[in-house]
Amino acid sequence: MNRFLEVSVVLFLASIPFWLGNLYYLHILITTGIFIIAAMSLNLLLGYTGQLSLGHVAFFGIGSYTSALVSLGFDLELTESYTFVFEPKPVWFAFLCGIVLAAISGWLIGRISFKVRGAYFVIVSISFAEVVRLVSLNWIDLTEGPMALNNIQPFTFAIPGLWELTFFKKEPNYWLVLGLCVVCFVIIRRLVQSRAGRAMIALRENEPLATSIGVDVTKYLVLATILSAGMAGAAGGLYTHYVRIVDPDIFLFIYTVTMVIMVVTGGKGTLAGPVVGGLIFGILPEVLRAFASPEVQWIIYGILMILIVYFLPEGIVPAVTQWWQRRARGPEGSMSQGSAPGAAS
Amino acid sequence: MLKVEGLTCAYGKVTAVRDLSMEVREGELVTLIGANGAGKTSTLKAISGVLAPAEGRIEFDGDDITGASARAVLQKGIAHCPEGRRIFPYMTVRENLELGCFLRSDRDGISEDMQHIFDRFPILQERSSQAAGTLSGGEQQMLAISRALMSRPRLILFDEPSLGLAPNLVERTFEIIEQIRADGVTVVMVEQNALAALELCDHSYVLESGEVTLSGSGSQLLKNKKVQKAYLGG
Repeated sequence: MNRFLEVSVVLFLASIPFWLGNLYYLHILITTGIFIIAAMSLNLLLGYTGQLSLGHVAFFGIGSYTSALVSLGFDLELTESYTFVFEPKPVWFAFLCGIVLAAISGWLIGRISFKVRGAYFVIVSISFAEVVRLVSLNWIDLTEGPMALNNIQPFTFAIPGLWELTFFKKEPNYWLVLGLCVVCFVIIRRLVQSRAGRAMIALRENEPLATSIGVDVTKYLVLATILSAGMAGAAGGLYTHYVRIVDPDIFLFIYTVTMVIMVVTGGKGTLAGPVVGGLIFGILPEVLRAFASPEVQWIIYGILMILIVYFLPEGIVPAVTQWWQRRARGPEGSMSQGSAPGAAS
Repeated sequence: MLKVEGLTCAYGKVTAVRDLSMEVREGELVTLIGANGAGKTSTLKAISGVLAPAEGRIEFDGDDITGASARAVLQKGIAHCPEGRRIFPYMTVRENLELGCFLRSDRDGISEDMQHIFDRFPILQERSSQAAGTLSGGEQQMLAISRALMSRPRLILFDEPSLGLAPNLVERTFEIIEQIRADGVTVVMVEQNALAALELCDHSYVLESGEVTLSGSGSQLLKNKKVQKAYLGG
């Protein structure tokens, strides 16, 4: 039954381009979908291991830049006489390179900051994002700095000589994003339900206790960071080849904040949370644009966020789930509704 | 079985345990008693590998386990039941128990042990799919002890098992611990409730500001004037 529901939701989402009939709306859905992938990746860290990555956009941006550069090719003047020339590579390969490089930087950040925990990861991740932004801004030979990398190719899949598909149009891009959303969702679900996922949740809930039962805390934190960074890199790659231009503004702090808001309002540590939060905060600004000036728009956006955090501190998804369970159980079943495990202390 | 020699533990410049030596023989129940801040918890943490000792040597079955990781120590057969919040409140009872055998992979043995625990504590079976945080204090304590047993340890370290429990549950907890010892598991227990600890144990060490000031069998210490005055209110 559940499986049936899931498949129907995905089929419904896949059918949207056939009846929506407005390319601008479809564009919004595509960018929202990309942000949902990024938010899901952040949720893996923030929601399941309890580590706040305030520089998550760094992994997104590294995925973007790597994918763009590998697909465009570049040359670097290493010494006076020697120039390193990198030939353009197919887009799918570039996309994979973006994921791998983002994952490697996640591993690096994890290794550096998880020796000591708590605030250090937050600080290291913020600094890392800022450093990467400055590099992208100033290493003009490689990144074109503020002039941006443009003319990036769209996604192409080809069987040489037989068949070729280039994702120029909005519809195939939408399906691509949807497909990747589903893949990431399934990966995260498999992970959190596995032994490794148990270990992550255990260390989020009580780290000293997790250590004492033999969980190698650092190992699982680094593992989560690698996966999370790789997924954010994938989102970045999608973004690059869809928008087809990438500049250092991709590393702006506001994007990280947007991801955090999506995760927190949707419900951190829940599978559907980032999807719900992402849909709300991806689509809302566009809906508001129709009847509110930009200033008013941001105010509404902010007020809504405060209201959600204030009234549903656990996020939307847990609140709805609890309400649903209470309703299904009926009034007489509310006996064992002491669903506040806060009584644990 | 367990031998600690000249153990010194420090948090920064503050020394919590100074030159502590103790020995535990197979099948014994050994207690550490003393006031708050005497270094009892730090000693257990050093043995289980949660805290790296500054100096000294810890041997288990003749193997040097000084400074080994908590994981390695657990693999050798020492389980640690820490003080304070002892369970994962948002996980179900069953998940808590499964985490207890995180390092084991023998499925049959695990389900056998799980059944054994459910036989011993039927309430845990009844509530196996309930969030552990919704259990009462006594049930949480049973769960914590059971989780430690799930790793099939040969030595269990209990840190203040009676802390924060109602008096009748304290008694029940000590009964459970005696039962565990009767099953052949060696027990080292830190306890503020000195009277109960001394009545229960084979051997006890009295700690004061990080040092062992007295040691002996339970009955010896119970008769000791100093112990009576300081810990037994007599």
